Amino acid sequence: MTATDTLAAPPQAVKSNSLLQLTLRRLFKQRNARAGAVILGFLILVAIFAPAIAPYDPTLSLLDIEPVTIRQAPCIHLLGCPEDQAQHLMGLDGNARDQFSRVVYGTRISLFIGFSTIGLAIVAGTLLGAIAGYAGGWVDNVIMRTMDVLLAFPSFLLAIAIITILGRGLQNALYAIAIVNTPHFARLVRASVLSIKEQEFVAATRALGASAPWILFRRILPNALPPLIVQGTLGIAGAILEAAALSFLGLGAQEPAAEWGTMLGRERGQVFTAPYLVFYPGFAIMFTVLAFNLLGDGLRDAMDPRLSQVSKAK
Amino acid sequence: MPAKSAAPNGNAPILEVRDLKTYFFTEDGVVKAVDGVDFYVKHGEVLGLVGESGCGKSVTSLSILRLIDRPGEIVGGEVFFEGENLLDRPLDSMVDIRGDRISMIFQQPKSSLNPVFKVGSQIVEVFQIHDEKMDKAVAWEKAVALLKRVGIPDPESKAHAYPHQLSGGQAQRVMIAMAMALQPELLIADEPTTALDVTIQAQILDLIRELNHETNTAVILITHDLGVIAEMADRVAVMYAGQIVEEVSVEGLFKNGLHPYTQGLIKSIPVLGSVQEQLNTIPGSVPNLIDLPAGCRFASRCPARVEHGLSICEEHMPNLLEVAPGHEVRCWLYEDAAGHTAPLKPGKGKKKK
Amino acid sequence: MTQYILRRLLLSIPVLFGILIATFAIARLIPGDPCTAALGERATQAACDAYNLRMGLDEPIYVQLGIYMRDVLTGNLGDSIRFSRPVFTIIIEKLPVTLELGLAALTLAILVGVPAGILSAVRRNSKVDVATMVAANIGVSMPVYWLGLMLAYLFAVLLRDTPFWLPPSGRLTAGLSSIPFYRAWGLPISDGTFGFPIFEFLSNLYILNSIITLNFKVLFDTIKHLILPAVALSTIPMSIIARITRSSMLEVLGQDYIRTARAKGLRERLVVLRHGLRNALLPIITIVGLQVGTLFAGAVLTESIFSLSGVGRSLFDAITGRDYPVIQGFTVVIAVGYVIVNLAADISYAFADPRIKLD
Repeated sequence: MTATDTLAAPPQAVKSNSLLQLTLRRLFKQRNARAGAVILGFLILVAIFAPAIAPYDPTLSLLDIEPVTIRQAPCIHLLGCPEDQAQHLMGLDGNARDQFSRVVYGTRISLFIGFSTIGLAIVAGTLLGAIAGYAGGWVDNVIMRTMDVLLAFPSFLLAIAIITILGRGLQNALYAIAIVNTPHFARLVRASVLSIKEQEFVAATRALGASAPWILFRRILPNALPPLIVQGTLGIAGAILEAAALSFLGLGAQEPAAEWGTMLGRERGQVFTAPYLVFYPGFAIMFTVLAFNLLGDGLRDAMDPRLSQVSKAK
Repeated sequence: MPAKSAAPNGNAPILEVRDLKTYFFTEDGVVKAVDGVDFYVKHGEVLGLVGESGCGKSVTSLSILRLIDRPGEIVGGEVFFEGENLLDRPLDSMVDIRGDRISMIFQQPKSSLNPVFKVGSQIVEVFQIHDEKMDKAVAWEKAVALLKRVGIPDPESKAHAYPHQLSGGQAQRVMIAMAMALQPELLIADEPTTALDVTIQAQILDLIRELNHETNTAVILITHDLGVIAEMADRVAVMYAGQIVEEVSVEGLFKNGLHPYTQGLIKSIPVLGSVQEQLNTIPGSVPNLIDLPAGCRFASRCPARVEHGLSICEEHMPNLLEVAPGHEVRCWLYEDAAGHTAPLKPGKGKKKK
Repeated sequence: MTQYILRRLLLSIPVLFGILIATFAIARLIPGDPCTAALGERATQAACDAYNLRMGLDEPIYVQLGIYMRDVLTGNLGDSIRFSRPVFTIIIEKLPVTLELGLAALTLAILVGVPAGILSAVRRNSKVDVATMVAANIGVSMPVYWLGLMLAYLFAVLLRDTPFWLPPSGRLTAGLSSIPFYRAWGLPISDGTFGFPIFEFLSNLYILNSIITLNFKVLFDTIKHLILPAVALSTIPMSIIARITRSSMLEVLGQDYIRTARAKGLRERLVVLRHGLRNALLPIITIVGLQVGTLFAGAVLTESIFSLSGVGRSLFDAITGRDYPVIQGFTVVIAVGYVIVNLAADISYAFADPRIKLD
């Protein structure tokens, strides 16, 4: 078969792509993920430029400043509200504060809650999971059984119980949410550590004299990263939802903070007379949580090759 | 396109596939898995459909029963079964053909059985689908009898077994029992032995052969294994990259296989008793079915093309041409550009080392 | 099968034990003195000492734990500090409210979620699929209390004076009362009769009670009151069930045995429902089991919105009011509920999948 070497190579397009590029490409092929990213981008912009967007100080009562009444209905010039009245897109709340400004500023608190609690949970969970997985033995047992007990309770009730121990307030609510979210990340990282610990290359790296922490952070964590990102994004959605619910019950952010759950909880009794005071903050919560859920789902599909093959099967 | 695969006189084929095209519309482009396939099967005969994995054999067989799922779609051609074009039927009424007149067995017998139902009830289901009035107890009796017929030991109790309690060979016997339940006119066996142990393979093939003789059921046997073809088939269709490249009797294939691809396949069979320095393989791989070359799809791997210095191969697609009665081949070695049979070089030229 | 159930029950004991200890610990970790919580901020030291002595709160912590364990095992859950009533009685009173609400929500979630998921999977990438999945995504992002309030506004205010009007709070319209079946039937049962708590518990399930006493007026009124909270509470589980059904169904529909079923000549509807759903059911069962936790957390919020005096709201009040015995008693009930639900899920799973050996 001397002819072999003159044969043309089969025309197969082989694109070389890094995992990140591949993931991003897959991610943005999905309508859901695109929608999530767009909403999230919008929310981040709103949070950054809140002072420019909000016409009023979110904690300022307008009672002595403008001729207004408390819980005044929205006044929108475009919809026929007299031009000589000050415009209040979402009405005024029970303290005669501009609800639109409060909703705008609420974006800041909610995004902060989402990122900080899950950030904390990821750090704590990663440390615990990595230690448990790497050390094994009784250390593993103690850590993971504790995590199991935490998971045995409905997380929202556990968060309530923790706040009752720590005391009310936004900061304690953040700790509570971080704590109830930690076990998920600990499990994830531990599983990842265990699977990679078995693989030879770690043993090989070790033989070369690398120290244990170096192995952990250089080899193991990058492998655990994709599931962490997915779980983290979905976790932010849950955290924002839980924090708002805690604030709604009066356990989280306190007056006069412009937090959506707090705003909703304060005006819940007025839902029949001033529904706009309940509608907008709740809608804002739903919208924000939706963004993270869409993005998280998209990331999961983009990072799980098994799922992406479904569309190509057969 | 040469719609040229009419049956020999006298014996009308039970199945005739003409210019069948099944494409998959994926995100990356249109995959032409089956791209103009022609072949026929006569009553009671075993047709071997042979080719490498990914050449479209399975898609062809699924297309006959119209079991193609999205994003796949049969985009053209005709599938005549007993004179009726199955592609003209309303899709809903395909259920009257499937399992009753044409049935199928698959490569992975264990995963082809539903894990949550007893094997007996899965056979019973076939009877009840096609005869709603059939009594469950009667159907069960028949199922047990079938299990006995396909060589399952202790069929009464095995009928109560779940698929995970069977071996691969037993599972394939159950699949065959299910396929033969209503004595179909055509059985499509898609790599029925590939997933099985070698010793079991022969038993399963014997069983298919027996049933073929006994009931005169025609068989399309899909395989990549020329050894199986030699043992089982009456005629052979060789597939490459979504097309038939050669269609011939089984003797003709091994004695006088004309297409360079066929010759490559034959040479790559290990021969018992003859020590070869190295097993011959066909260099390269099947072209990407999305960006198909304009000319012959085998051109990039074809040693004959290089040897004979043919330039036409990469520019134009050769036709499937009848070079002898009952022997068709798709290759520029046997045809000139005007479409006439070229009497040149019946593949012997490449003997010189 | 009996053996399997027994073994699973035995395995649950350590879990329950752990939860009891954890509950005890949490209750004791909550800052603040139960004495001042019970007797008021100005209770004298002497009054508090007497109170602590009476409640066993002066004993060392491990003795308290021992007493607590013994009491729980003998069915004595203590008295509520705030209401001076046996916790057991409170549970008999509140649990049916939550049970009725939770079951209604779960039923709704399954009845809508599973078919929606199947439809979505079968018509993958169609408009129906996209619409269902958008709805499911919004559903899992829903603050249930907000949805509850908006539903209440819509149905109680905007639709007032229409046939679609629905009451925004409570279990029954004022003036109506649910007569316990044992009284309606003239059974000689009263407080103190053997098994009274069971009768009381059953009669507090208004739907059950009104059906067996054929009191349709109360039945319809109860259902009317239940619709809004049940819809609000079911939103998240419904969306999760729809999503898991879709993905499970998609996975199953790609399996070899589905192709076999089609090749047999089975009609597509039966291929999906008989061969597909039966296999897709397995992950759905697990998820439904897990939703009980979500439902419970949601019950705290939903009961608060719709003025329902159930376990969720009572537990919340007990936690914020540091009513230890109530916290502990309710947690025990929840833990037992958890164990039962998990057991039920495991057993259904084993029934649905012959590959799982029961012993």
